[in-house]
Parts: sequence; structure tokens; C-alpha cells
Amino acid sequence: MSMNARPHMVEVHNLSMEFVKRDRKFGQQKQRIRAIDNVSLEIFQGETMGVVGESGCGKTTLGRCLLRLLEPVSGKVIFDGRDIMALSMSSLRPLRREMQLVFQNPFSSLNPRMNVLKLVSEPLRTHTDLRDKELAKKVEDLLIEVGLNSEHMKRFPHQLSGGQAQRVALARALALNPKFLFLDEPTSALDVSVQAQIINLLVELQQRHGLTYLFISHDLGVVQHISDRIAVMYLGQIVELAMSEDIFNSPQHHYTQALLSSTPVPDPDSGSERIILEGVVPNPANPPSGCRFHTRCPYVMDICRKEEPRNYSVGEDHRAACHLLTAD
Amino acid sequence: MIAIILKRWFGDRALPSIEAGSTIWFLRKDRLAMVCLVFIILLTLIALFAPALTPYANEGLGEPNLANKFLPPSLKHPFGADSLGRDMVARMMFGARTSLSIGLFVVVIAVLIGAPLGAVAGFFGGWVDEIIMRVTDIFLAFPPLLLAIAIAAALGPSFFNAMLAISLTWWPWYTRLVRAQAISLRERPFIEAARGIGVKNLTIIWNHILPNVLTPVLVQSTLDLGSAILTGAGLSFIGLGSQPPTADWGIMINEGRLYILSGRWWIATFSGLAIFLTALAFNLFGDGVRDATDPRTRGAG
Amino acid sequence: MDQALLTIENLNVRFRTPTGNVHAVQGISFEIDRGEILGLVGETGCGKSVTGRSILRLLPHPGEISEGSIIFDGQDILALSEHDMQQIRGKRIAMIFQNPATALNPVYTIGQQIIFVMKHHGVAKGADLMESALRLLDDVGLPDPASLMDVYPHQLSGGMQQRAMIAIALSSNPNLLIADEPTTALDVTIQAQILALLNSLQHARNISILLITHNLGVIAETCQRVVVLYAGRIAEHGEVRDIFHRPHHPYTQGLLAALPNPGSRGDALNVIPGIVPSGLDPAPGCGFAPRCEHVMDVCLQRRPLFSKVGPGHQTACFLHEKVDRKEA
Repeated sequence: MSMNARPHMVEVHNLSMEFVKRDRKFGQQKQRIRAIDNVSLEIFQGETMGVVGESGCGKTTLGRCLLRLLEPVSGKVIFDGRDIMALSMSSLRPLRREMQLVFQNPFSSLNPRMNVLKLVSEPLRTHTDLRDKELAKKVEDLLIEVGLNSEHMKRFPHQLSGGQAQRVALARALALNPKFLFLDEPTSALDVSVQAQIINLLVELQQRHGLTYLFISHDLGVVQHISDRIAVMYLGQIVELAMSEDIFNSPQHHYTQALLSSTPVPDPDSGSERIILEGVVPNPANPPSGCRFHTRCPYVMDICRKEEPRNYSVGEDHRAACHLLTAD
Repeated sequence: MIAIILKRWFGDRALPSIEAGSTIWFLRKDRLAMVCLVFIILLTLIALFAPALTPYANEGLGEPNLANKFLPPSLKHPFGADSLGRDMVARMMFGARTSLSIGLFVVVIAVLIGAPLGAVAGFFGGWVDEIIMRVTDIFLAFPPLLLAIAIAAALGPSFFNAMLAISLTWWPWYTRLVRAQAISLRERPFIEAARGIGVKNLTIIWNHILPNVLTPVLVQSTLDLGSAILTGAGLSFIGLGSQPPTADWGIMINEGRLYILSGRWWIATFSGLAIFLTALAFNLFGDGVRDATDPRTRGAG
Repeated sequence: MDQALLTIENLNVRFRTPTGNVHAVQGISFEIDRGEILGLVGETGCGKSVTGRSILRLLPHPGEISEGSIIFDGQDILALSEHDMQQIRGKRIAMIFQNPATALNPVYTIGQQIIFVMKHHGVAKGADLMESALRLLDDVGLPDPASLMDVYPHQLSGGMQQRAMIAIALSSNPNLLIADEPTTALDVTIQAQILALLNSLQHARNISILLITHNLGVIAETCQRVVVLYAGRIAEHGEVRDIFHRPHHPYTQGLLAALPNPGSRGDALNVIPGIVPSGLDPAPGCGFAPRCEHVMDVCLQRRPLFSKVGPGHQTACFLHEKVDRKEA
């Protein structure tokens, strides 16, 4: 079945976002940092889109722009058919019911002064008329759905374990029956054994409610397990986008290859040759000319220094931005 | 009054289940703070029940008893009698009412004005912040005394006006305190989560920012109670606060200082001692509260 | 037969907190040979960081070593005076930490920090000092060492800061390097660089490394032997291949099965139910019993002793108890 026939939950068109960093010294220019530069992608209904990349790649900014928690400087985001950048703040508010987010550190994403009942009921109080007994019942149902129960309702975040706190964050995100969940490193702060519990829970919830996920992580193993398609970002741009298996079996962009190769495998006998990437990520305030990856690429050619590569299609639903790909 | 509330709160938790390692638990272990708390509670009780605690209640309120003029301390009048023959113990008790009230009112008003302003300034930033902070800076520049004199000159000296004057110079500190907290809080993920849920900004400030600035505000206001009492007594001393015949420790010191050289030391001394001990108790208790809440100094004292 | 470089025997560490004594380490024994890389792996609360710090007697305030012995190159560490201990710290046993940004002093340049340490330990004098420092910076792969001497830590990237910290740690040629989560805060490509660096330095200088981490992939690729900790006790230890390919302890097995891997897509991950105990009131039996799917009656009554399950491979589990038990 052709992928393009599936309905889009989110469409991103040429999105760019800048941070202006004020320099402390007088007379110095304000630094404009392009956190994301001309990013386009689409997320299908019901799928999990994974985004991987290292510090400064812009994956977190991308997610926040999608939810319009940050204002991009240019580009469009179409959410479920509506252009959310064109909406006023008051029209945006009801839309928030449909897109929710879950953060990396559950303890900092939950108000330490609120107990679980208050935390999970906050979205319900904001957008519905549910109160008192009915509200408490709804909260209890949500807690049960994420694997907790009513005895947790009176507890405060510091009285919960990492896994329990993350479940509370999930319950809160699900309260308004959203269609789309932005998950920003939801398991990175958790131990391996707890991480497995949360991942299983996320998969189960997705199947039960038909949710669409945008899953951001630096942990390739986790992303690959849960994602249908994966976008690899470097310095504010998507360098490769493909189905999960294709990213792992036939990565086309050298950065993707290096990323995969650098990830330590829990198997002492996986003696594969390591690609050790030279150098460091360039300063995002001053990105390299042409292809942003050229400073670290062992296959760099002249054109790489001058021209930004387009997205080249290398197979069904598989694209990568690299000049080497025009050679065929 | 805060002491009463604390005690009631204490009472709820004092039985077996004070969570070990919580702030109250550390506070209980701080002997000095506990002694001060007891003093404060006693003082509050005395102030509340003053009329019932002394047979000379009407003298406490100001009625002169010239037959007892300048009586030195004795069994019947442990603190002696003042220039109008009024029993000093009664005067002291009623004076406690005045002093504690001014301390309480000033702090409460300062917090009620200052904290929300600071939260709004810190959370919104930009021109809202600028405007609020410039207004705050203006009020910060007034010395309490000068403002009190100005208000007294305009509206006449009274307890109420003194309280007004002091409050007007006190609230900016809370604005600054809460603003700094709000600035650091607004970057935190749980605030972002609230915005993601679609909570309105003012609701965020009320539900999320203010409860989280409670602790530093509490610490500061406990310390400020002592200072406010001191300032209030100072204003009364120079005649800009409570007016006679109201019992007020500042007034009593002022009245008493005329008679020290002639050997009637008890009129000024006991009042002075009262102010000193009260301010000290609040300061030390405030230190204790701060030590108990600061994770770095907990259990180290 | 070479005497082991470091021998830890029945180490017990507790923290006196207001709520009671937290037994962070409950009777751990292991050895590190000269020139080997030993991995200490476990999740939150297993006591691995506490163990590392105990070796250098750097426990934070309410912590104390209540029992056990630590013998380093024939010397009883626990019997040394503070003065003698300072001859060991940084000189013969060095330590690097998770967050290089906070471990380096922000108000001194890199050069100042290295030279200070070298002077303090009497490694070099006068003109030699600068030369040795430059050579060291070069050894750890920092580009242009001469100009780096005048750079402040915050001006460096995370990877470079970590290299600087490694340089400082190695400046006096220690016999043992304790690395406490050295790459956890770094991007995965930088992590690969740092691990490669540690490997090459270890070969060149024949130092022993105690690598403390929760990342099983890092352990598999770097260490020769592994100690698996759970709730303050050793669950299993052995050669890295044995631990990963033939894990015997149910905790080790559960941990390895909970990792997402290329084959796990679409399947629910194996989960270890429950949470790690707090160390406050250790139950009499095996620490893992409440979560173990193979739990038997005896597991709740007594603490298991070590049983040999292969050459150099031991596990503390009643399932594998043999007649000729070794002392734990």
C-alpha cells in the first residue's frame, strides 16, 4: 500500500526557528541561532515518528514548534488539516486538547506542590465542566489505564518513583483524549527495567486509542523499537528520513551511519568496525557553508562546501540529503 | 497570629506522624527556634487574653489612677506604675497587642501587595516587568521614617497611618523576592507543561508559580515580623504612631525616658526589654525556619 | 601469581539519614587486576557510585564505611590517615566524573588546572611542567594544546571538557582510574570518541580502570570483566562474554531482556515488575526476591552465597547453589 495514500496527522512545511542570543558585551551583534532550518516532514495518522540526533540538532525545538509552544520564524505546520500558525491564541487553546506532550524528566514536569489528583485533573478543569465526584472518577479511570490506582491520588511527586511519576505525566497527557502526543525523551531519565515498562505502556496506549506519536530520543535502540519511521537530524536539518528498518539496514547518509556505529551494542562479540566521527558539532550560531555536515564527513567533495544538498529519494519512503547520492 | 496558625498546624502534625526529614521535623530539632516559638506563642496568648489576665484592664487601656503615681515595682504591681499611676504589667500586656498587630498587618499587607506583583513581573517579563519594577524601585527609595512623617503631616499621626506608611515601604522587597523566584520557575518544564495543556497565564501564576514561592516568602515574612515591630515601635517613640492613651511599647519608652534620671527606671526599661526580646525572638525563629527549609543547612545546625 | 591491584572485601556503606540508616552497599567483594578494565554495572540505587567513592574515601556527608576492607597495592586504604590518603588521591588512584562542566573549576583555565595538579603531586618542575602539560593534552586528543592552555572550561564542548578532565586525572600516572559514568552526559558520537580514547590510553599506560555505568552497551564494548550490582549487593560477576551470553542471575537475565534490540520491534519488551528497594530496612533474604519470577521459599529467608557457574563466573542465587559453595 502506498504510504502517500494515508491521511496526514501533521504536515511540516519549510519550518525554521531562530533563537536570538543576546551577547553580554556591549556593541556585539546579537547572535542568531537557527535551531531548525527549512525542515519539512509529514507524520501519518496512527504512526510513531521517531526523531534522533545529538545536542544542538533541533529535535526538541521541532517538537515544540509543532505544538506552537515556540513561535517559528517561517514555515507552516498543518495539524489535522488546520494551519496552526495562522490561528489566534484563543482559537489555539481548544486545539491544545488534541496535542499533548510528555517530557523527559517526570519530576520537573510535575508541579512539586500538587498531588496526583490535582495534576491529572488540571487539563480537565481547564477544558471541561467536570468537577468533584465525576472529576475524581475520571482521574481514577485514567490512572488505572496507565497502571496506577486510586491510592496514588493523594501522593505528591516526590513520593513517587521515576516510573510512577512518568505514568502520572502520561495520564495527564491522555486526559483530554488527544490525537497526537509529543514525547520528548520520555524514558531517558529512567532505569532500563522501568524504561521497558513505560515503552510497553506507550505501545499499548497507542493501539488502544489510535494515537499518533512524535518520539524524540538520543537512544537509537529505543527509537528503533517503537518507531515506524525515523528522521535523523543534524544541526537543525533532517539529513535522512526512512522506515525504521531501512534506517538500520541501509542508512544512506554518513552521519546516520556514524550514529548507528557509535551506539554501543550490549554484545561483546559485535566486533563491527566502529566509525569514529572526527571533530565536534559546529557552533549552531555559525553553521558551515553548503552541507552542514561537510566538516566531519570523510567523503567530502568540493560541491559539499558550496551547495546545500537537496533531498534525494533513495527508495520507497526513504530520502537523504547528500551530494553523493546524485552520483547514481 | 502566625504563631497561632503555626501552632495549630503543628498540633495536627505533632502527633506521631511528622514526616521525618521534612521541614517541620528539622525545625523541631532546633532548640533555639523552639524556645523562640514558645515565647512568641506566649506573647500572642497574652495579647489575645490581656483583659482577662489582669485586674487592671481599664488601666491597661489608658485610664489613669493617680493614686498610684510612680509606684515602684512591688508584689501587687510587679512592674510598677507609670506617670499616670497605671499598672505597668497591664500596660505591657495591652502594648503587646499593639506591637504584634502592627507587625502582623504590615507583613500581611506587604505580602499581599508585593507577592502577586512580583509573580506577574517575573512571569511575563518584557514591558510589564519594566513598569512594575520601576514603580517598585520608586517605593524602595523611601525611608520608612520619611514616608511616615509625610503621611503623618498630611493625615495626622495614628496607629493606622503608621501602619500604612510602613507597609508602603515594605512591599517592594517581596516583589523583588518573588520576581526572582518567578523568573527561575517560568523556565521549568512543569510550567511549560501547563501551557501545553492550555492553562491561561493568570491561572498558571495562581496555581503554579505562587504556591512554589511560598517557602522563601514564609521565611522572609517571619524575619520581617521582628523588624516591622521594631519599626512600628520606633515610629511610636517619636510620636508618629499610636497616640496616647493607647498602650504601645514605643510610647511607653518615650514617656519613660523623662523619668530615668530621677530614678524611676521601670517605666522605660520593661518596655524596652519587651521590644528587644520580641524582635529577637522573631529574628531567631526566622533564622531557624530558614535553616530548616534550606537543604544545605538542614540538620547541620 | 600477581597480587591484584585493588581488593575490596565485604564492603558495607551506610548513610545515616533522619528516616533511618540507608544501607547503600551491603557486603561487596571484588578485585581489580593490574591493567584490566572492570565494569561495575547496575541501575539507580545499586550502590555503584558509592562503591567508587568509597575507594577514595570521598563519601558525601551522612555516609560512612561501616565494615569491610579496601587494599590497594598492599596498603590498607581504610587505615590510612587523611594526610596519607591525599598521597593516593589523584596521584595513584584518580577519578573522573559524569559531568565535566561541574567537575572542572570554572574560574581557572585548563592550563592552570593541569599545572596545579602536576605541581601538587610533584610530577614535574619548572620548565618541564609546561612541556608535560602540552604533551598530556595532546595525548588525550585535544587539538592545538598550546592555545588550549589559556581556555576556560565553559569555552569547550562537552567532549573536550571530558578529555581535559581525563588529562588532569592521568597527569600523575595513576595505577587505577575510577570512571564514574564518564560518558553518560555526552552525545553518542562523542561517547564513542571518549571510550576509544580510554581504551588506547589504558593500553599505552597499562592502567586499570574501574568503569561505573548503567549503560550495558558501554560495558560490553569496553570491559573485560563485569560486576553486576543490585540493591547494594553483587548479583553476578564474571568475564564480559559470560555475563552477556550466559547470564545466570535472574536480575541479569531480566536486565538484558529488557533492552530494546533490532529483533524486538513489535514485541512487548520483557519487564521486571516492581521497583528497586530503598535500602532502608533490608529484608533478610535475597534482595531481588520480591521481583524474581523464580522465587522460592529459601530466597526470602536467607541471603544467597556465591556459587561458581563457570570459570571466573559466579552468581549469588539459590537456583544455582552447588555443594561446594565459595564464601561470598
